[in-house]
Amino acid sequence: MTDLRYSKDHEYVALDGDLATLGISDYAQSQLGDIVFIELPEVGKKVAKGKEIAVIESVKAASEVYSPVSGEVVEVNPELGEAPALVNDDPLGRGWLIKVRVSDPGECVSLMDDAAYSSFLKTI
Amino acid sequence: MTESDVATAAPPALVKLPLDAVHRRLGARMAPFAGYEMPLHYEQGIVAETLHTRRGASLFDVSHMGQAILAGARAARALESLTPADLASLSPERTRYTQLLNERGGILDDLLVTRLPGVEERLLLVVNASRKQADFALIATALPQFDFNPLDRALLALQGPRASSVLGALLPGAEDLPFMGWRAFDFGGAPLFVSRSGYTGEDGFELSLRAEHAEDLARLLLSHEDVAPAGLGARDALRLEAGLPLYGHDLDETTDPVEAGLGWSIGKRRRIEGGFPGFERIRRALERGPARRRVGLEPQTKAPLRDGAELSAHDGEAVGHVTSGGFSPTLQRPIAMGYVASNHANVGATLSAPLRDKRIDVTVAALPFVPHRYFKAPAGKDAR
Repeated sequence: MTDLRYSKDHEYVALDGDLATLGISDYAQSQLGDIVFIELPEVGKKVAKGKEIAVIESVKAASEVYSPVSGEVVEVNPELGEAPALVNDDPLGRGWLIKVRVSDPGECVSLMDDAAYSSFLKTI
Repeated sequence: MTESDVATAAPPALVKLPLDAVHRRLGARMAPFAGYEMPLHYEQGIVAETLHTRRGASLFDVSHMGQAILAGARAARALESLTPADLASLSPERTRYTQLLNERGGILDDLLVTRLPGVEERLLLVVNASRKQADFALIATALPQFDFNPLDRALLALQGPRASSVLGALLPGAEDLPFMGWRAFDFGGAPLFVSRSGYTGEDGFELSLRAEHAEDLARLLLSHEDVAPAGLGARDALRLEAGLPLYGHDLDETTDPVEAGLGWSIGKRRRIEGGFPGFERIRRALERGPARRRVGLEPQTKAPLRDGAELSAHDGEAVGHVTSGGFSPTLQRPIAMGYVASNHANVGATLSAPLRDKRIDVTVAALPFVPHRYFKAPAGKDAR
């Protein structure tokens, strides 16, 4: 299994070669509450680190998701259209959002590993 | 900003509910609302709590709301000088919904008024948390000849189709109260005010008692297998599904009761006699129809439309705006409410609204989205 890396905005990246699977952390989904709709980018869209790539609507409010890496969207999770709550139930597994062909795998170095993210959550 | 700026600009500390410790033990996620630290939802989440309220019974803590008693001979007549309801005809142990109005007929707050039993004329008022200080100041100033006393009591709401059987087992007779009926019960030696009312569209009760007894009542109710706790998030979803307006969103000082769809709460005698603030505007709106109306809105998309979104007609003309919007757990689709110019407000009319970088179609819909299921007394049982 690939290592997960986290951003301070609570997105995660699982990098396999130059293919990154992006999603939101378990902490993020628990903060959002019941997710009812997810607006995902189209395949082929160029994404830049720190820019908005998706919007997650919970019962309460809309929240933007920012890309922790730069590259091109090569796949979006096809299950989320009908079952957005997968992000609540299994954020690190079936609830992934998009896959990105990253332009600079080195960008992941600045992201937090599991231990660093756990420590970061304790400071919130 | 310097640190001292931050310190002086800090909002006043949030007030904790009397049952704060109970909420935390139940795993509540707390959030600020109207100066109070309120349970937004519990471990089940907003969707499950909403659905449970429509099937079983949910316990809400609404102790943030303001409660007060206005007492004195002809107090009901006097309160009519601030509200458009027929309060003088209100029977003892009956509750009526009304609004406090400003001179332009705009809504300062909406509230429930109950005529208490007894020889002395006493009215129990329940007002919104965000407005209670202003309301209480207004009433005390406008009606100085009466005794006006805010009450320091907890307020719980037990709502849902099982609420009646649950409460009736604890307080025999409660299950027979009519809709918008009220009675004082004894709860372990403490007076417990029970009102058959609520803010969910379901049958249910609001329960008022001194804070020191509220935890015992909450524990007893929650120990019943049909009862689960529900938070402010579910309460908001339920009232939106039921088409009930929320002060500060769907009602404010610029909206009058007629355009807000609350004309039913204006007494027949009051429509003729007037004698309340803004009577001229409201009489005109009643006669000619209001220029805009509060309507239901169905976004033709899976994404919820939120408060503040502008509504346009096909030709691009701005015709209204959204005042409440969210996702309906019961219907499993987005729903909203808002104000629309009357010539565009017919049910079925198609409008559009911006959603991020797109425009989406929005259909005007009838309210409520989910039919009300208030208690109807069996024929002959309700004498009044």
